[in-house]
Amino acid sequence: MLDNIAILVAAPQFNVQLLLDGLFIGAIFALAAYGLALVWGVMNVKNLAQGEFVIMGGYIAFGLEKVGIHPILSLIPTIIIMFAFGWLLYVLIIRWIIQHDMFTSLLATFGIGLVIQQALNLMFGPEIQTLDSGLEIRYIMDGMVTVSEIKIVSFVLCCILALIVVLFMKRSRMGQAIRATSQDARAAKVMGIDTERVYAFTFALNAAICGAAGVLISMIWLIQPFYGITHSIRSFVIVTAAGFGNLPGVIAAAFGLGFAEQYSGFVLGAEFQQATVVGLLIVILVWRQMQMARSRQVVK
Amino acid sequence: MKKETMLQLGILIFGVIAPMLIPSLSFQISILWLMILFALTWDMMGGQMGYNSLGNIAFFGFGMYICAGVQVGLYYDLAEYTSPFTTINATFTPDQYYTGLFLGIIAAAVGCVFIALILSTFLFGLRGPYFAIGTLGVALAAGELIGAWEYIGAGSGISIPVHPGEAGEKTQLFYYLTLFAMIGTFLFVKWLYGTRWGLAMNAIRDDEEKAEAMGIHTYRYKSMTWAFSAFFLGISGALFGNMTGFIEPLEVAFPTVTFGIFMVAMALLGGKGTLWGPVLGATLFHVVKEVTWTYLLGWQWVALGLLIVLNVVFFQEGIMGWMARKWPERFGLSVDSHMSRSKQSEEAS
Repeated sequence: MLDNIAILVAAPQFNVQLLLDGLFIGAIFALAAYGLALVWGVMNVKNLAQGEFVIMGGYIAFGLEKVGIHPILSLIPTIIIMFAFGWLLYVLIIRWIIQHDMFTSLLATFGIGLVIQQALNLMFGPEIQTLDSGLEIRYIMDGMVTVSEIKIVSFVLCCILALIVVLFMKRSRMGQAIRATSQDARAAKVMGIDTERVYAFTFALNAAICGAAGVLISMIWLIQPFYGITHSIRSFVIVTAAGFGNLPGVIAAAFGLGFAEQYSGFVLGAEFQQATVVGLLIVILVWRQMQMARSRQVVK
Repeated sequence: MKKETMLQLGILIFGVIAPMLIPSLSFQISILWLMILFALTWDMMGGQMGYNSLGNIAFFGFGMYICAGVQVGLYYDLAEYTSPFTTINATFTPDQYYTGLFLGIIAAAVGCVFIALILSTFLFGLRGPYFAIGTLGVALAAGELIGAWEYIGAGSGISIPVHPGEAGEKTQLFYYLTLFAMIGTFLFVKWLYGTRWGLAMNAIRDDEEKAEAMGIHTYRYKSMTWAFSAFFLGISGALFGNMTGFIEPLEVAFPTVTFGIFMVAMALLGGKGTLWGPVLGATLFHVVKEVTWTYLLGWQWVALGLLIVLNVVFFQEGIMGWMARKWPERFGLSVDSHMSRSKQSEEAS
């Protein structure tokens, strides 16, 4: 472990590599986490199937590649399919859990996640997959740092998607309705907003965002039917650290998580990468709770 | 009350004679006893105290590893035993085996109590769904960290000492041990719910802040109750590790998405917050699962996930809760028909 730190100090190029990789992967984490923050903030549903949506998006791209569609182009059909899937899931299940307590939403979405991962496992097999985008790998800084072009492309796509979503939330009629519902569902209803439709749209939008993130992940990283839970945990880490409705916070936390994961993977060893994510979750939950406990002692 | 005693006696008699009547199923039935134990220990926290944990399975895994460590560590060097290049040709005499097993189970139970007390110092700051996510995180982290720890075999696990007797003897021994553990858990839980402690747990579930205002030391109750459930889960882990004969961190010791979620589903199916609900739910769940498992041709996990979703979303009260609503008199609840009618119309409006 100390040796690895010594390497980082002696050869700063490795830092550049880790930071770049953290940036590229963090952008995708931010996308999925924004979806979670949306669903959590608007509907008060804590979606533990978030990671499964991501992986499912990746597998849709994988399936489309087999019929000859390039992974980057499959972004659009994946978004449409995942949007429809999210809407269906809302009508079938999520609709019924909104009025229940929050543990119900956790457990029900955990169950949905189980169904998705097992179905993916049956359809595509448990092998680790990665999609070949056909783009080249470039070397910078005397060949010490590798940057594959696809990572840059995915970063740009990520930014574009995020921009579209943010503009949609700010400008469009539906985006305004979503924000109004998240502020006060009852008042929104009184004002003539069909909150039921807003909820369905929000959940479907979340699924679509996750699906897009999954396509990008399948190109620059790995997908496997059972990798979903780590992505869910990542989204939870980011959202609990940033709080919802705090877009700059979500982005900052996502990049922070990306860097933390890359560094822990390098310094402690690859087998600790997942443990770092989970460890961070506990640390952040406890830290948040300490803040809340301080306010709890004040007389309400 | 008379009926309840008869039911308990019936289960006890069935438990004792089952391996003689149907010896081929005794392994399956011992798993059933463990399932009942899981559901009961989960319900102590989730049903009676309102702290829904998704990570109780961590104690199962810790118990398994502690027991295995003691069983092997008493006679051999653990690091060398678990190393892939081991030169140890491990054999255990019957004497060594039974001493190791006995001490291992005790160590597993006591060790899990200590782990629960340590974990509760920071986890019980979390409330509601945050507690569920936090405990889930603990279970996942435990699996990952143990999978990276070379000293206890890392990802390749530990093979447990082989039972010195014949094959049938081992199944029978562990059958009775699991039965014993289940009965012990049931009696303890039954006793606990009848004491002041049980009332305090229910008070925490109903309104934690008011309970605290009434002078209930909530932290002490919460952490000790968790320690109780960890005690029994540790024993169950120690037994299960010995039954399978080989343990490894992700699939056997910390099966968060199988046993870890089953224990919640079983308690909810039977009806959480009741004594008999978890027993009923676990029995039903396990029997249905074992009977239909082979006919579903690989889609069993999907079916299971769907079952959990449907149970949680549409049938949250569980069987006991449904029966209590249907026949309230039988559960000692009296319903004022006038009151309930006016309340119904109130809700409808």
